[in-house]
Amino acid sequence: MLKNRRKPMMGGSMSHDEYQIHKAKILTPAFWVLLTLTVIGFALIAVRFIWGIGAVSNLSDGYPWGIWITYDVATGTAIACGGYAVAILIYIRNKMHYHPLIRSAVLTSLFGYGLAGFSVMVDVGRPWNAYNFFVPSQWQANSAMFEVALCVMAYTTVLAIEFLPAVLTRLQETNWSRARSFLEKYHGRFGLDTPVVLEKLEKLGQRALWLQPRLDKVLIFVIVLGITLPTMHQSSLGSLLLIASTKLYPLWHTGFLPLLFLINCMFIGYSIAILESIISSYGFKRPFEIDQLSGLASITPYLTSIWLCVVVGDLVWRGQVANALRFDFYSAFFLLEFGLVATGSLLLFSKKRRQSPRWLFITAVLIVLGGALYRFNVYLIGFNPGQGWRYFPSLAELMITVGIVAFEILGYQVLVKLFPVLPRLHGHEVVEKV
Amino acid sequence: MSQKSRREFLKLAGLAGAGLVAAPAVALAGHPVAGANDEELGMLYDATKCVGCKACMSACKRVNGDYGSLSYEQAKFDPDKLWDAPQDLTGSTRTLIKLVKDTPKEWSYVKYSCMHCQKPSCVSVCPVAAMTKDKITGIVDYNKNTCIGCRYCQIACAFNIPKFQWEKAIPQIVKCDLCKNTNLKQKGISACAEVCPTGAIMFGKRKDLLAEAKKRLAEHPKQYVNHIYGEHELGGTNHLYLAALQFKKLGLPELKGEAPAEFSEKIQHTIYKGFIAPIALYSTLCFIAVRNMKKGNGHAEEQKKTDDGGINEPR
Ligand code: SF4
Ligand code: SF4
Ligand code: SF4
Repeated sequence: MLKNRRKPMMGGSMSHDEYQIHKAKILTPAFWVLLTLTVIGFALIAVRFIWGIGAVSNLSDGYPWGIWITYDVATGTAIACGGYAVAILIYIRNKMHYHPLIRSAVLTSLFGYGLAGFSVMVDVGRPWNAYNFFVPSQWQANSAMFEVALCVMAYTTVLAIEFLPAVLTRLQETNWSRARSFLEKYHGRFGLDTPVVLEKLEKLGQRALWLQPRLDKVLIFVIVLGITLPTMHQSSLGSLLLIASTKLYPLWHTGFLPLLFLINCMFIGYSIAILESIISSYGFKRPFEIDQLSGLASITPYLTSIWLCVVVGDLVWRGQVANALRFDFYSAFFLLEFGLVATGSLLLFSKKRRQSPRWLFITAVLIVLGGALYRFNVYLIGFNPGQGWRYFPSLAELMITVGIVAFEILGYQVLVKLFPVLPRLHGHEVVEKV
Repeated sequence: MSQKSRREFLKLAGLAGAGLVAAPAVALAGHPVAGANDEELGMLYDATKCVGCKACMSACKRVNGDYGSLSYEQAKFDPDKLWDAPQDLTGSTRTLIKLVKDTPKEWSYVKYSCMHCQKPSCVSVCPVAAMTKDKITGIVDYNKNTCIGCRYCQIACAFNIPKFQWEKAIPQIVKCDLCKNTNLKQKGISACAEVCPTGAIMFGKRKDLLAEAKKRLAEHPKQYVNHIYGEHELGGTNHLYLAALQFKKLGLPELKGEAPAEFSEKIQHTIYKGFIAPIALYSTLCFIAVRNMKKGNGHAEEQKKTDDGGINEPR
């Protein structure tokens, strides 16, 4: 453990100690399943671009935002907040021994955000006009969406830079065995000259060697940017619905939406970091990182408590408690959201449960579900544009979202097997052999 | 909770609240709505004068069809495409006349089109300023050349006016622009008001429209519901209504006097005023992070103690 903390510096310089490539086969059965889902999703996206959004979705003028915005953007980015939450812990609260968790968290965040951006491009009707976000005369600072769009784009870039050390380390260390064998098999077909290609690859490695120390020096400022940006746009994701005062059910429409969304993404972030770690330990047959996880799990109940207090206080203050306890459609969803988060947090106050992978898993699932349901409630379930409008996502719409999520998992699985992302195991040997 | 862990906890809570806690407090305190600008252009639709001839609907499509990407809508019973039969405002239709029957004897026509709000939500939320409000005429116009098609304007509009072309590969938003780029430019009056045979649609400055509406209410109090719809709704609209049936029954929602955009912008501005809060947040965080990094080495022991946010005993 102590060796771990030897140099509590930014990513690259300690990467030899902290991270390792997960050595396992890439083309597993899971890979093919995910690939199929991805292909279906992308085929439907093609349909959407040829025949219009109406051809694949149940969206309407009453419900112009459906599952794509609600799940892929509003909820997906919260689920992708693992990188944000863990970064706060490490760099702001100075808990360097969580550092081994950051890379996998950053990678999932990168996928989450990158694909949220991609979903937006599928969702918006006139994506070719998106360059207007960079035309100062068109800037519209009153719009929460303007702020969200710029921050999400900037944050995705920041995440990519944060992930760069993993790529650089890999470039320096690799002997290109995969590339070599690939070239040997196929060079004839593509007309590639093996030695020339390999020489170019070597050069790439040298460049990486040059870039790495320079990147390390400025990385901390990028990382802090990576903490500032989500703070801004996660709260703005809440602000987006402030305008819908006549459409969003009063249980959820409050001036505290930005604050609630911000805290919400933090506790989702920590819980997701726990889930990710447990699932990948299980899936990749690695030992659980119980110490770090129980540390993470000791933070969430405090965040959720603040969140629950703000929710209740706000309801009392606006005189909405009766609406919350009416047990009608809206109240049911509200109570469900509230109950999931509250149960998950209560369970976590026990230290014994925080030491058990099973309880860590269960509580994290409860909190993530509750937190995500809150976002669904605000964006979709509590949204009522008036009489005569109904919305439930179509199968094609759902399959596009499923395809994008499948692509996300697929990418994660492949990248952890190519780059040093997962925490290094101490005293354990990698279970699977190539 | 030990002293140290409380400090850690407050640090965390402080971050969550940075630049934010102040926001809702200010916004929720409430504030007066700015007075309406009565020099802006608008229309007064008097439902009691409307005979439902739909001349306005066809004039609107004739005049704005090419510019506004409008088209005729076919009814199911009409294989020969004899009628234009929209059922609602849509991606092909900017204005619509509907007959509302309350009882067999009590009925009314109603005309839907953009309300040209004094403080339009659609303009407030559009991220790329594709929705704009003219400073002088007050006309709320749409520019398809900048619109990204995010449909936030649809979410924002309390009257559900902006419509999207769901069935097109190259869609756009469709909404009434008071003929700003067509009839108004050429003839100085909106097409629907120009063709109305009974004078049910009056075009002009808001102050004249309001004066006329008040005059009608005073002269024929029995004929009307005693309310000018749009005078105060959501901070006032430039499109005004008079009617004999309750406005709610005509599909015009009951709304408060405050514009939703006032509320949301207040919060957004409080958080982002002069971009001070984000920059302050960034610099503070940089300071903490760099300091943490520097002191990194010798403090392994201390870190160990606070590892678990102070809830666990030190391991
Ligand atoms: S009625 Fe709707 S579309 Fe028209 S100006 Fe007001 S907010 Fe905008
Ligand atoms: S759909 Fe177009 S006009 Fe409406 S808010 Fe989005 S960019 Fe603006
Ligand atoms: S003002 Fe012009 S665009 Fe608006 S409904 Fe009348 S004719 Fe159509």
